[in-house]
Amino acid sequence: MATDTILLEARGVTKRWPGVLALDGVDLKVYAGRVNALVGENGAGKSTLMNILSGVYADYEGALYLEGQPIRFSTTAEAQAAGVTMVHQELNLIPQLNVAENIFLGREPLNRWGMIDYNRMHREAQEWLLRVGFTHDSHTTVSDLKVGDQQLIEIAKALSLGARVLIFDEPTSSLSEVQTETLFGLIEELKRDGVGIVYITHKMDELSRLADYVTVLRDGRLIAEHRVQQTSTEEIIRLMVGRERRDLFVKGDHSKGEVALEVCGLSLEKKLENRTLKLEDIRFAVHRGEVLGIYGLMGAGRTEILEAIFGLHGAEVRGTLRMAGVERMPQTPREAMDMGIALIPEDRKRDGLVLGMDIARNTTLASLADLTTWRSIDRKRELQEAEHYREELSIKSHSVDQLTGELSGGNQQKVVLAKMLRTAPEVLLLDEPTRGIDINAKNEIYKLIDRLAAEGRAVVVVSSEMPEIMALSDRILTLSAGRLTGCFKRNEFSEEALLKASLPTA
Amino acid sequence: MLTKQFLRIDSSILRPLIALVVMSVALAFASESFATADNLFNVMRQVSVNLCISVGMTLVILTGGIDLSVGSILALSGAVAAGLIKSGLSIEGANLHIGFTFFGVVVVALVIGGALGWFNGQMVTRFKVPPFIATLGMLTIARGLTMLYTNGHPITGLGESFEYLGTGWFCGVPMPVLVAVLVVVLFALFMRKSPRGRYIYAIGGNERATRLSGIDVKRVKCFVYTVAGVLSAVAALIVTARLDSAQPNAGTGYELDSIAAVVIGGTSLNGGKGSVWGTVVGALIIGVLNNGLVLLNVSPFWQQVIKGLVILLAVVMDRMNAKDQQ
Repeated sequence: MATDTILLEARGVTKRWPGVLALDGVDLKVYAGRVNALVGENGAGKSTLMNILSGVYADYEGALYLEGQPIRFSTTAEAQAAGVTMVHQELNLIPQLNVAENIFLGREPLNRWGMIDYNRMHREAQEWLLRVGFTHDSHTTVSDLKVGDQQLIEIAKALSLGARVLIFDEPTSSLSEVQTETLFGLIEELKRDGVGIVYITHKMDELSRLADYVTVLRDGRLIAEHRVQQTSTEEIIRLMVGRERRDLFVKGDHSKGEVALEVCGLSLEKKLENRTLKLEDIRFAVHRGEVLGIYGLMGAGRTEILEAIFGLHGAEVRGTLRMAGVERMPQTPREAMDMGIALIPEDRKRDGLVLGMDIARNTTLASLADLTTWRSIDRKRELQEAEHYREELSIKSHSVDQLTGELSGGNQQKVVLAKMLRTAPEVLLLDEPTRGIDINAKNEIYKLIDRLAAEGRAVVVVSSEMPEIMALSDRILTLSAGRLTGCFKRNEFSEEALLKASLPTA
Repeated sequence: MLTKQFLRIDSSILRPLIALVVMSVALAFASESFATADNLFNVMRQVSVNLCISVGMTLVILTGGIDLSVGSILALSGAVAAGLIKSGLSIEGANLHIGFTFFGVVVVALVIGGALGWFNGQMVTRFKVPPFIATLGMLTIARGLTMLYTNGHPITGLGESFEYLGTGWFCGVPMPVLVAVLVVVLFALFMRKSPRGRYIYAIGGNERATRLSGIDVKRVKCFVYTVAGVLSAVAALIVTARLDSAQPNAGTGYELDSIAAVVIGGTSLNGGKGSVWGTVVGALIIGVLNNGLVLLNVSPFWQQVIKGLVILLAVVMDRMNAKDQQ
């Protein structure tokens, strides 16, 4: 360790929110030319710490040292000027401006008349974009780009600021496999240039691939800093959750019943702002008691299949569904729900919950009819119902009238689940059910999914996490560019086979 | 748990309520004529018009929308009501004359208000026109139709039933106040109890999630604009009755007073948060403020400035509150 020089160091950093101690005397070291991966469950304090390093929060206890000199940033601009830049997970680009304008926003190169020197701006932007593997022109309007490309622009922008310390917050969560590879290559390059990197991630396989050090936070405290080579994934997970042995998810053994839903020749072609959404002749059946996984790369049409079945694409969908001998294609979510289909959407904050409403109101939102007499909601019964689901799904909250916006990701997901279960579905469609949820909550959700299937429902799970979908599913369909390309039984599961089947063919 | 729920709702209107009490007490000291029965009834009669409109506006704003056309819809439905009760409907070619009873006129006025509101709703939901623009269009359309119908002249002399609605009493309560109270109670219950009321909150809170919960968002949105139109027509009947005449320029600027009442009453302009009771307090604050400034002989020019400042203050406090909660 003696060989690595410390570029930026945080010592005893404490950050209090009203009623909460977000960080409790945390130390962090950023080494020149090394990647220090920062891991921890959601709420461990990773983001808070990074926001302090990058100047977002100015009021904290403790101190930062940049190359041994005490320093205190009161704005992100100050931090950037000192060479510390954060690449945020949520994108802070202006959609109406083009790529180069975004990269140089607020520090546009000027010509001698004081006007923007567009030639220079685009020339310089291109150089940075080339390094991050961005393939579009710098004149492209940002709103025409996919999320992954936008993330690359953020990275290019950070590079162009001449950062000596770069903080990445789960950068690969929106990147395609190719883009991820490019990013990893770029990080290697940055390391050679002596840039210190902090890399927040939930993906364990990225640690061994990328990181030199790993720093584990839990409940606002520093748990450990290790060299990656001297530790193991199991060890890190153990440190993150603070438990010696964790009950890993083991799929229950339950029998498959009759066909619950048959999807017949589903096709869809829809032009969106920046891409064409396409599904071609999708056919599959899912049985009662079965968990059917759908795996595919980004943009393969995974989400769209579920949306189409749930009636979200209306009359644009061709094909039909067969349930209990009846053939019908739902045109609205209401129709789908009446048929016994429920969707738990990928983005629960955007599509799943009314965050300003309490747990009870969210739980009953899709099924108020049976709580209504004389056009009036029976609040007492509503609370009872919500309480029932709160216990059933063990939603952690102080009561059912707590606002859903105050809950953790895992508990929010359970509320969405409760809402949909109350519609008494026979077929459950789950889109990335554990995205952004910490490991403990993930396991709980897995068990829940397994139980729902065991109770005789048919479950369709879409996931981009291979271990997850392999652990959960009885059968996996692979999807590539809007077509089903493979069907694997549980004994045929292997990462290689699944990936191979989902790669687009030329 | 139920009491807790009550407290939560009360706490959001606590601040405007305190402001209202403080203002009223201060005015009672500053002006001898404020705390007299005559004056207070007068304030309530004035408030009842704005209150009817503001209840509809509350529903619209709770979905995250806005309705600028309420004043013009008021003018048109008031003018048509006055015209019909006074001279009926004559179809010249057919040599046909239809007379209208008071109740007939009420129905026609409400239908006109509802139809124009429904039109707003269609613009917003079906044609995806932003509410601000859709209702801005309606603002001038309805005003123009009013001018066409009245030729720009007031319609006066409307008969006894109208007079009773404007100046009569029922069980010790002035008729306009009674109407407003009925509207408030009806919609407070509706928002609190009915599924559709719940959906209105849900749409303002998260429209996508509401749609994915199987709720027909377009229908609910269209409904709130229709309600806003109908309640503007209710207000129109009161205004027309109180003046015993329909003015072609009636209701000008009412959208501002009504938006002000809603916002001062603690309803968020982003939608999803607020209540009809808050709007009642907001409307009373505006009413007491108007009345107080007149009693204190403040010049009408200054009155406008002060009213604007109060609205801004209310929004600033709302923003600061929202920031604290983050």
